[in-house]
Amino acid sequence: MEQFLSLYGNLSNLTWQMVVMWAIGGILIWLGIRKKMEPTLLLPMGFGAILVNLPMSGAITQTVNGLIEEGPLDVLFNAGIANELFLLLLFIGIGAMIDFTPLLANPSMMLYGAAAQFGIFFTLALATLFGFSLQDAASVGIIGAADGPTSIFVANYYHSRYLGAIIVAAYSYMALVPIIQPPVIRAITTKKERRIRMDYNPRNVSKRAKILFPIFITIIAGLIAPRSIALVGFLMFGNLIRECGVLGHLSDTAQDVMANLVTLVLGLTVASQMRAEDFLNRQTLFILVLGLAAFIFDTVGGVLFAKLMNLFTKKKINPMIGACGISAFPMSARVITQMGIKEDPSNILIMQATGVNVSGQICSVIAGGLLLSLIAR
Amino acid sequence: MENFAAALRVMGMGMLGIFSVTIVLIVVMSLLTKIFPPENNEEM
Repeated sequence: MEQFLSLYGNLSNLTWQMVVMWAIGGILIWLGIRKKMEPTLLLPMGFGAILVNLPMSGAITQTVNGLIEEGPLDVLFNAGIANELFLLLLFIGIGAMIDFTPLLANPSMMLYGAAAQFGIFFTLALATLFGFSLQDAASVGIIGAADGPTSIFVANYYHSRYLGAIIVAAYSYMALVPIIQPPVIRAITTKKERRIRMDYNPRNVSKRAKILFPIFITIIAGLIAPRSIALVGFLMFGNLIRECGVLGHLSDTAQDVMANLVTLVLGLTVASQMRAEDFLNRQTLFILVLGLAAFIFDTVGGVLFAKLMNLFTKKKINPMIGACGISAFPMSARVITQMGIKEDPSNILIMQATGVNVSGQICSVIAGGLLLSLIAR
Repeated sequence: MENFAAALRVMGMGMLGIFSVTIVLIVVMSLLTKIFPPENNEEM
């Protein structure tokens, strides 16, 4: 009988904090399935959050009878996230997904992508007021990149102990872009501004230009912001596979199977950072608030920059497209296009919005690289 | 407050950095599309 009861002895190791983490895991799974919010990531993360918060979970490293028993999730973390392997593979997939033609056809759109990185740096400053060190503040600010892999890359570079919360915030807010951006845009623009029509007269883009684009971007980013080169380089390599025209199968695999597979493993692995003792604290709450601020101020930065440009240019720009510079590709472009149609059903902004949105992808990666250059580890 | 002052410096440098890189990239993209225009038979 005593032996039988010992089977349930582990129950005594259960804490209320673990149960709270199960609930958080359950919410992430619910958001992924029911609300279809980034399900490829939120579902494995939610399940992983439950997995690592079981008492004496064998999924993570435990000390049993004085001996260290390595858990598979910690092994995966060291093999794929600590050394950035998963993130770089994911960047190849993202690069293969993105068509930069709208940006090449209208390069000046990239200025809005740059302006919309304001939220990253503003939140960095804000986070220091909440007591975060400069390195942790940078890790929190980069949530504003609206780009999960970049957020993980930077937070991991600084060995931030808030990695779990940063990832949850980054991916949750990315999925919430359709809810976060419209009220912010409406608050800082007039109806007249939102109805501005933009002619779309792009210059034609040749195949050679599309092939040379990722190579040139890599060289320039490497020369100016060398710390960003791993991120930019893998992103551009993925794009080169897409545009070269002779690696169709590799391109399809990179943007579909590989990206999905890496995201799935990534989701489970990052959950190893969602242990109750590290996750349930005041800082996590701060990070969630600051992450939201980062998204809001990215949007504000992009929109206000577009309004500023309108003071000096003859051809007026619909300031809403500035908000697409937030990255979050392609969701942000879709949101702005829908907002434009809502204001004026005949005003289609999809190409301009996509151009800004893909530029935001590049700019957010460069912003991440700049942070690494400006703040020592 | 020391961290905040340092963060403000990073903010200034960061935004300056991102715009300067962006301007270089815009010039390169414009040159690329001008130097390598689509050929007549090329699908765009």
